[in-house]
Amino acid sequence: MSRMKTLASAVLATTLAATATTSAAATDPVKVGVMLPFSGIYAQLGEAGRDGLKLALKEKAAELHGADIEFIEMDTEAKPARAPELASSMLGQHEADFVIGPVHSGVAMGMIKVLRGKDTVMIIPNAGAAAATGPLCSPNIFRTSFSSWQPSYPMGKVALDKGYKDVYLISWNYGMGRESLEAFEESFKAGGGNVVKKVLMPFPSTNFQPHISDIAAQDPDAVFVFFAGGGAIKFVKDYDAMGLRGKIPLLGSGFLTEGTLEAQGEAAEGVLTGLHYAEQLDVPQNEKFREAFNTEYGHYPDIYAVQGYDAGLAIANTINQLSGDVSDKQAVIDTMAKLTINSPRGDFTFSRAHNPVQNIYLREVKDGVNVVTSVAAEALEDPARGCKL
Amino acid sequence: MTTELFFVQLINGVQYGLLLFLIASGLTLVFGVMGILNLAHGSMYMVGAYLVWYFATVTGSFTVSAVLSAIIALSLGILIERVLIQRLYNRNHLDQVLLTIGMIFVFNSLQSILFGNDPYGVAVPGALDGGIPFTDNSSYPIYRIFAALVCVAIAGVLYYVVSRTRLGMLIRAGESNREMVEALGVNIKSLYTVVFAIGVMLAAVSGIIAAPMRSIVPGMGESVLITCFVVVVIGGMGSIKGAFVGALLVGLISTFSSVLMPSMSNMIIYIFMILVLLVKPQGLFAK
Repeated sequence: MSRMKTLASAVLATTLAATATTSAAATDPVKVGVMLPFSGIYAQLGEAGRDGLKLALKEKAAELHGADIEFIEMDTEAKPARAPELASSMLGQHEADFVIGPVHSGVAMGMIKVLRGKDTVMIIPNAGAAAATGPLCSPNIFRTSFSSWQPSYPMGKVALDKGYKDVYLISWNYGMGRESLEAFEESFKAGGGNVVKKVLMPFPSTNFQPHISDIAAQDPDAVFVFFAGGGAIKFVKDYDAMGLRGKIPLLGSGFLTEGTLEAQGEAAEGVLTGLHYAEQLDVPQNEKFREAFNTEYGHYPDIYAVQGYDAGLAIANTINQLSGDVSDKQAVIDTMAKLTINSPRGDFTFSRAHNPVQNIYLREVKDGVNVVTSVAAEALEDPARGCKL
Repeated sequence: MTTELFFVQLINGVQYGLLLFLIASGLTLVFGVMGILNLAHGSMYMVGAYLVWYFATVTGSFTVSAVLSAIIALSLGILIERVLIQRLYNRNHLDQVLLTIGMIFVFNSLQSILFGNDPYGVAVPGALDGGIPFTDNSSYPIYRIFAALVCVAIAGVLYYVVSRTRLGMLIRAGESNREMVEALGVNIKSLYTVVFAIGVMLAAVSGIIAAPMRSIVPGMGESVLITCFVVVVIGGMGSIKGAFVGALLVGLISTFSSVLMPSMSNMIIYIFMILVLLVKPQGLFAK
């Protein structure tokens, strides 16, 4: 049920003084609009993204050529219906130079409707909807997270490499679920794999038991799923409770075991997932980032913080290369599109549709940790189907 | 579907239905006796699940946590009835709906403030962990069998209390003629407090029992509330027997429909409800 909050429209403006004194003081501050969920079911994800964003801009303060950053925060919750209105206010009333958001794909569609083709640069720090860097792609829309296609596509090949010929697919019947299963099928079927059955459950039903009984009866070589959050916890626990763990391998898009491992406990051991990040990823900048984040906020970051941090890096590097002047919007877009982001997930660049070209790691849950066992796909680029850029 | 799979799904459906009964029983009891439509019933389910999760992480014992949580829920029920619900007995259903919807928001915010928005899980208690061999490659979790038995036991106790004890007699009397019971010298006020508190505790206990089988997430109360209402409406508002039959029907139908036609499964329950109401507008076992 929705919250009766009108708080969303409250605007919090904070300024972060740049410490650099070398260059001439910039005239207007750079306005960074933050449109993330700070209440409702995705509040945790929104806070993580914002914290990452602010950390990056704080770390890079000396490289901003004296430009001041002004943050404008708006609570999008997980309400697509309100997104166009909030985005319009970011654009008209606040004249934001950059808009960071959102978490939820439905909200992303609402924001894109308003922001597409405008001067303000939109950076999506999570929502994976294919359309954002597909049919609805636009020069001013960037993404620092992933497309729904990316974590799942390499898993089809992973399944084949492991010798799984007959695979059972199950997810929720909504954008991210359908797109994830299709991406898996694409590489799996191309390599000669056979889909035993494909089940799309109504979202957000978590009555998994009948389906797991059906999986046991079908007895496939492996199962591939997309579930996230509370559903991911319950599916993995049910799968284990019905005795299938260790008998029929469970594969998934990385969100199956992201932020859920503690709650899943032993039931998650051995689950194989693909994702563009892992908390223990052995990349120098990951360790540095994790410690810096912990020093700043008193807890270690998750993938949502990484994606927010990378949005901050994209802004900071662009300002730096333009010597603090972001008034020429075409220059901002051209500069950002050519950046290499020194991300905690490893370096990445932007594709023609402005989606990250990034590694997808194969992870296996061992002792309650997503351990990276190999790179499932190197510098993987989303096909950006329907994008005319 | 093979015969074997049919029986497997039959068991799944019955097990799901029994849990639904437990959640719905408190709702129908409170409505039947007191005429109060408690929309915050789902929140009480959530309270049970969050409390048992919290105490389980603190104490490490599921049994201790379950007992503690149930006692707290009972006290909470008494408190809510005395402070809030009591003022609404002479008001109409709309006022009750307004108050109890407000309680949903309060409890959701409290959950967010006290426990945060991360999803949590409760481990299955050690003694009930594991499964018994079931089909060739799967087993049936012992905890789920245990949970089903607990639901049957609670159903039995409820039936016994309502139909065979003095308290049950008063409850039934209060249902049919409140003024007469009062005139005979029964303290109907405390009777109502007891009934409401039991209703809250039943919801919380179902949350406690469900906790190791479900994920503990914000909004979990609302998701069961709607199914609960379907169960109660099918069975007949206020009828415990109706809730039992309604819950089993809903459990079986949703299990089979989700396997046979997954994309339609959410709708089928409601279609079934509409069909029942066309034939019996008051529900199957309405009084």
